[in-house]
Amino acid sequence: MSPPVLEKTFQASDPVLQDTETFEVNLGPQHPSTHGVFRMNVKLEGETIVSLKPVMGYLHRNHEQIAENMSYLGSMPYTDRLDYFNSMSNNFGYALAVERLAKIDVPERAQYVRVIMAELTRLVNHVSVIGFLLNDLGAFFTPVLYAFREREKILDVFEEVAGSRMMCNYLRFGGVKRDLTPAVTERIKKIVRGFPKFLDEFEGLLTRNEILCIRCQKVGVLPYDLAVNAGITGPMARASGVNYDLRKVDRYSIYDRFKFKIPLGKIGDVYDRYLVRILEMRESLKILEQALKEIPAGPVMNPKFAALAKAPRNFKPPKGEAYGRVEAPKGELGFYLVSDGTAQPWRYHVRAPSLINLTVLEDLCLGHKVADAVIILGSIDIVLGELDH
Amino acid sequence: MLGVLRGMGITLKNFLASYVLPRRPDSLETGGIVTVQYPEERLPEKENFRNFPFLVFDGTVDNIRCVSCDICAKECPPKCIYIVRDTDSEGKPLKRPKVFDIDFTVCMNCGICEEACPFDAIFMDHEFEIGGPERQKSLVYHRDDLLKSTAHFQKIRPTDFAAIEERRKKDAEKKAAAQATVQAAAQPKPQTPPSPQP
Ligand code: SF4
Ligand code: SF4
Repeated sequence: MSPPVLEKTFQASDPVLQDTETFEVNLGPQHPSTHGVFRMNVKLEGETIVSLKPVMGYLHRNHEQIAENMSYLGSMPYTDRLDYFNSMSNNFGYALAVERLAKIDVPERAQYVRVIMAELTRLVNHVSVIGFLLNDLGAFFTPVLYAFREREKILDVFEEVAGSRMMCNYLRFGGVKRDLTPAVTERIKKIVRGFPKFLDEFEGLLTRNEILCIRCQKVGVLPYDLAVNAGITGPMARASGVNYDLRKVDRYSIYDRFKFKIPLGKIGDVYDRYLVRILEMRESLKILEQALKEIPAGPVMNPKFAALAKAPRNFKPPKGEAYGRVEAPKGELGFYLVSDGTAQPWRYHVRAPSLINLTVLEDLCLGHKVADAVIILGSIDIVLGELDH
Repeated sequence: MLGVLRGMGITLKNFLASYVLPRRPDSLETGGIVTVQYPEERLPEKENFRNFPFLVFDGTVDNIRCVSCDICAKECPPKCIYIVRDTDSEGKPLKRPKVFDIDFTVCMNCGICEEACPFDAIFMDHEFEIGGPERQKSLVYHRDDLLKSTAHFQKIRPTDFAAIEERRKKDAEKKAAAQATVQAAAQPKPQTPPSPQP
């Protein structure tokens, strides 16, 4: 029996195909590309995206309201859960806000410890983001696991000093919880010394890889103007050439003492975002080297406030408001606090970089294919814990 | 093509290195196998690792340090500690808890209870294998499940234990000295007007 003959075979030039209906697809909420529970409502014309609506809120857990019913220190462990990749920088931003509110000085050594931890966090974040981006590109798990091998070493340091690998809860108002022992300092030094070798290897694997270049270059271009107008911050803005890094602009903590550069991209495509992250890691290593060399001895906790850390309910900052912001690995992370003089903040607001960086997702994706939407999302670098705080 | 080939060279190098290089789960070198075959193999425990809290007792189980002051229960951010003070047969409150429950499904391992406790009675444990068949009962730990000896604390966190013991000793000495001065100040008084001894 001969196979059934189709009455009509379709050609690409066929008017029927060119005149397709738009097709609506939901990517997520349980889709491996969305890095958590997040949904993209995509309208497709063939394979081309004509509209994209991010749908979020699946992980909403009332972070701000909880914090307003909590002692100031009580929110510290909750900030760990915002961007669970970078709990140290979240702690940092929150501690800065409260310290501005209550005018608390931080001893010299504690400042250095904070900077070291924040930069280590940046390494952890960038290296895993690049790994996940490659996962989204289809390079399944080889780059991620190389990245996680390095991440593991840094998480071990966090566990050693803070007690927990990811939920560090390490910073206190007026210092840090525990001093770095000489053994840990030595360990961090070794990691910092060994990291460039890994970065070289990682770049050898990726940077000039033709497949990666074809997939990433000229994809998801974020123009300079849009980046500025949409309030995009972090590596994403810098990849579009926006020279805005709070470590230079705000000079919080002791960042004005270190020599480092801000890498900037030219085009603002996915590839630039990848490169800017690699270069930022190299700059972070420079900061780490300087900080580890200069770190002075001394206390890590302001003695006036050490007792208050033991009794969080007695900590009542004066009336007023304060905004503390840090250059978190994902962008500007800000905490806005209003105190009414009681033990609980009257208002607590988080400016989450993931949320604000995501607002341009549709502009980046329009006109691209579905597969590109996945890597564009990957290159924006969102963490749902922070997005849906 | 060159970039792809170079990348493949790197993966090949890593692949071969995983056979050649010794297995160093805790190493700082790049390359080699870094994973461990849990549960047969375990990484060394870090001293400062914190997981769930436990209550310490000195020597015997009756000698529980917690005085049931309720501070930790108030400071605990998710409010997962529940304490009821013990009373003696006449209904007078005693300085020890009758009920001390911690709901481990709610506890977020933050360590604030340990920091807040003024009596060094609650500390963070290293125990992490605490699965249960359901979530209502088996993960609510009661007073007797939480009690562990100071020896256990010393075993898991020797540095912290030494520091805390030293501080406690100093505090006790200070207290004793203060009491001695109080007694010394109090003693001459009854002596000046000689009281009749019964
Ligand atoms: S560790 Fe934190 S959450 Fe758990 S009982 Fe102690 S204070 Fe509460
Ligand atoms: S554990 Fe400490 S803080 Fe909690 S009730 Fe007992 S003595 Fe008070």
